[in-house]
Amino acid sequence: MSTVSLYQEVILDHNRKPRNYGTVENASHQAEGHNPLCGDHLSITLNLSNQCIDSIAFQGESCAICKASASMMTVSVIGKMYGDVETLVKEFRDMVMGNLNINDSHHLGRLTIFSGIRDLPTRVKCAILPWHTLHAALNSITNISTETKNDSIHTMISKIG
Amino acid sequence: MKLVEPSLKSSPISTFNIERIRSDFPILKLTINDKPLVYLDNAASSQMPQLVIDRLVRYQATQHANINRAVHYLSEIATSEYENARRKLQFFINAQEDREIIFTSGATDAINLVAHGYGRKFIGAGDEIILTTLEHHSNIVPWQMLADERGAKIRVAPINDKGELIIDAYERLFNQHTKFVSMTHVSNALGTINPIKKMIRFAHACGVPVMIDGAQSAPHIKIDVQDLDCDFYTFSGHKLCGPTGIGVLYGKAELLERMQPFKGGGDMIISVTFEKTTYNTIPHKFEAGTPPIAAAIALGAAIDYLSTIGMNAIAAHELDLLNYATEQINYIPGVRIIGNATEKVAVLSFVIDGIHPHDIGTLLNQEGIAVRTGHHCAQPVMQYFKVPATSRASFAFYNNMTEVDALIAGIRNVQEVFL
Repeated sequence: MSTVSLYQEVILDHNRKPRNYGTVENASHQAEGHNPLCGDHLSITLNLSNQCIDSIAFQGESCAICKASASMMTVSVIGKMYGDVETLVKEFRDMVMGNLNINDSHHLGRLTIFSGIRDLPTRVKCAILPWHTLHAALNSITNISTETKNDSIHTMISKIG
Repeated sequence: MKLVEPSLKSSPISTFNIERIRSDFPILKLTINDKPLVYLDNAASSQMPQLVIDRLVRYQATQHANINRAVHYLSEIATSEYENARRKLQFFINAQEDREIIFTSGATDAINLVAHGYGRKFIGAGDEIILTTLEHHSNIVPWQMLADERGAKIRVAPINDKGELIIDAYERLFNQHTKFVSMTHVSNALGTINPIKKMIRFAHACGVPVMIDGAQSAPHIKIDVQDLDCDFYTFSGHKLCGPTGIGVLYGKAELLERMQPFKGGGDMIISVTFEKTTYNTIPHKFEAGTPPIAAAIALGAAIDYLSTIGMNAIAAHELDLLNYATEQINYIPGVRIIGNATEKVAVLSFVIDGIHPHDIGTLLNQEGIAVRTGHHCAQPVMQYFKVPATSRASFAFYNNMTEVDALIAGIRNVQEVFL
């Protein structure tokens, strides 16, 4: 895996024209995600009704990897049930951490475009921030950071691990 | 009579033969992602020439023992080589005496030493410490910790849009409560060279001692602490072609003698009983425990190497690199240099419209180019320029014009990817 295949057209396109960018009115769930190491931050708002994500939006300042990851995430979780979304969060995290064989069965679909990130340890946090923020929103944790020991990322890692 | 043909080896190195200098650094032969390494992260850490690596090996293989202790051969030679390194550093910065050179683990350690050894003894409630906007976090946090503990106050000298200190504003910060100034000689994030000599003179006229963080200046500028008349000066070995884990604190002997020790332990004492400990004389009072002996000796070798090339020759070559790189970057639409001080070392912090520094860093790495991206441990500077982060290319004397061209091509490639 080289970085050439990471910055490919799909990712660049989502960076240029992010989908579901903005905020959801009267959101039932929301969370803020921060990466203090690079100053990146994003907010996620969503509406969950009958355990199903009806609508979701994100906004913030971040690198292309983070923004494309957030954009593609919103596309892939709309209309999905809470439990399925949590499975997707776990699979995405495992993939970028190098703990998932993408040839095994999973639900990631086009999101496997981010699999190469596992070879760029310094960029893993960029790709994973939107997913951790989504997980935090769904679990009513309103503020997360990539650099706090007691945040939902680490909670989740310890739960899964 | 036999005539000896002049060879490269016998010609004076002062002619600054860049290719010969490059051949001294084994790491510069690396390829990264099948491209020749272009190492432009020298402000973070510089590379080591073979003779410094050899000096480390020779010490460990033939000279190692603990210092200042035993009477056996190895301990004596290790002690004498360690003290020789101290004298090399004394001459490097033109300190008056070798006991004014204290080995620390780096510049951060040295600043903490002064904040503790001087600050906790002489700075109290209501006193003021002057810093500048250009400081690295390592010259902010130790003073904040001290100020919190003592009830003292931090005052900050501001900068202008070029990234230069506003000297009038600095001078206006002084009042009867001002007890200390700690400031950087060169900004790590922007490359600005501060006019420290006249700033020190002003502080002294107000009766205030000054510490200079020289982490980014000592590798690039000839330092003369007596000419500057600074009270403390510090720099790190690993930015000076030496190893990590070693740095230097220079302090005027008279001040060092009045300070309290920073760390307690072996070597920093003359006698110990459970009732009373008598501290050793300087510099040993500030060198508790077994120091990084090999690192200190290797730093001495690095100083010899730099001195052979000549700090003025180094500064001249780096200025050529800076001028060429600045001119080339300014030709590229959509790229903006952050920090355009009149007096700069070869540091180029830049932002590209619409492209995040981390993406720039990853894509440049793909071309074998190492730059630093982020806030450079200087968040107040980033806040002033209203950017979360920048990309920073920082040059050393072993960089060449071909590498500047590679950087420029790399930046254009990043823009093409994001077109």
